[in-house]
Amino acid sequence: MADLSKTLDLKRQAGFGTIAIICLIILYAPILVLMLFSFNSGSQITKFEGLGLSWYATAFQNQEFYSATKNTLIISFTATIFSTIAAVLAAIGTTRVKPWPGMSWAFMIINLPLMVPEIITAVATLSFFALIAGAFGLNFGIGNIIIAHTVFCIPFAYMPIKARLEDMDLTLENAASDLYATPWQAFKRITLPLLMPGIASGTALAFIVSFDDFTITQLVAGPGQTTLPLFIWNQIRRPMTPEINAISTILLMVSILFISVSFIISKSRKS
Amino acid sequence: MMDAPLSPAALVAAENDKAVSRRSRFLTLPALAIVFVFGVLPLVLICIYSFLKPYQNGGVLWQFSTDAYLNFLFQRDIFDDTLQFAPDFLIIYGRSIWYALFTTVVCLLLGFPTAYFMATRPPEQRNWWVLLITIPFWSNLLVRTVAIMFIIRDEGLINDALIYFHIIDKPIVMLYTDFAIILGLLYSFLPFMILPLYSSLEKMDFRLVEAGYDLYASRWQVLKRIIIPLAKPGIVAGSLLVFIPALGAYVPPLILGGGRHLMIGDLIAQQFGSGRNWPLGSAQALILMAAVLVALYFYSRNEAGPVKHG
Repeated sequence: MADLSKTLDLKRQAGFGTIAIICLIILYAPILVLMLFSFNSGSQITKFEGLGLSWYATAFQNQEFYSATKNTLIISFTATIFSTIAAVLAAIGTTRVKPWPGMSWAFMIINLPLMVPEIITAVATLSFFALIAGAFGLNFGIGNIIIAHTVFCIPFAYMPIKARLEDMDLTLENAASDLYATPWQAFKRITLPLLMPGIASGTALAFIVSFDDFTITQLVAGPGQTTLPLFIWNQIRRPMTPEINAISTILLMVSILFISVSFIISKSRKS
Repeated sequence: MMDAPLSPAALVAAENDKAVSRRSRFLTLPALAIVFVFGVLPLVLICIYSFLKPYQNGGVLWQFSTDAYLNFLFQRDIFDDTLQFAPDFLIIYGRSIWYALFTTVVCLLLGFPTAYFMATRPPEQRNWWVLLITIPFWSNLLVRTVAIMFIIRDEGLINDALIYFHIIDKPIVMLYTDFAIILGLLYSFLPFMILPLYSSLEKMDFRLVEAGYDLYASRWQVLKRIIIPLAKPGIVAGSLLVFIPALGAYVPPLILGGGRHLMIGDLIAQQFGSGRNWPLGSAQALILMAAVLVALYFYSRNEAGPVKHG
């Protein structure tokens, strides 16, 4: 034990702990202040007059907030389902198999949305849908946003699923086929259940990325297709009330919930 | 290559391999098709758009033109039709590069000690630290930026506190300044620096540090000659993960810059919005993309290169 404490002491660098605390303050102080003011009972956005939930009540009665929530959930759920299914299939097709011709290209294409700055993806997608609408008269309405979200959710869902597959043991599947299971049976009874934590983690990430997206949605969305981030953007351009803090707090809570779930799942698989 | 006939078993195995390969390609197809049609083709489209003429109400006229690229550097004089050097866009690009570099350096100075501190905690504490840094990484960027805005406004928390304690009598203007944008970028992308640094420091062999001390190195020498060289892959990865999104940042300058200090991201969005010049916006987007590719090229060269030990 004496040895261990000596090693820990050797690892120490003076002042690094203080800087770590400063980083936490930089990252969390603004969020915590925002959340605190959402429980302000007064009407001033910066003067705290007492605890209360009145601004949450105001938000829940707001028709625009209601329709933005509805749009956001429709878009996020649909994009999450499509992107997760595509990601699961792609992960199985590109992991633990002999490299097939063009596999490195497939990797690059799937991960492309991570490399291109979001604003470029946004204007490119806008141009593409405008062209389709102009040339073929096709406009998918809210479907345009769903398609755009599905594209950049795919790599986020793909990564944890692929990581999980790489960690998985081949023995069980080999045992299943030795026992005359068909490939489909082996997949359904062995691979899929073992893969579930990766899929859950990928689904959570895809959902949160879609739920929070602002840049691409702002450029692609047509009139009446307001999502929650767009609703907040519209609100901050008007004289602000603490209602915006209440809505922002709800959004942050959704993010924190999904990230924590994804994090706990991925940690539990390692231990 | 082989002339000898294959044994039946080898033939079956080869046939099986082919089937697996076909199945793999088939399974990957949906993801590839979606990203290709709705991700790659749009990029090709803006390459084409950048060589066309703008249509007055947005969109393009299908006539070949290099005006978009010329307009990036020059402005056509309306009277004598000569080209005059107009560095407005260049200034915005230069400013964005400067903001992004500055942000990267500050993120590194704050992020390295933090990641090192995290990596030297006992294992069960480390998980909590990683979760604490991961939460802002994935949280809503718009909301987080709005939160910064609340704090640094003229009647925000910082100014109110300073006035309350009679340190100042007039609010310090922070919102809509360079300071606000850089603070926003720093705050947005700090986790992008800490997480890759942490993952490279966590894997570090601390016996090397011990060896350094045995050889009478000071703490600073150990840091400079052993820890930093070993963390170099993390430093490079983290710096790029901050620099690239900071260069193309859209939300922080939009909200904290108030339209006065444009960055590339806002400039591009503007051409597709009120500017109604899609070809110019496309050209600007491609120039940004080229800058990103240059950064990625240096990264891949760095990755492939031999690891130098200090």
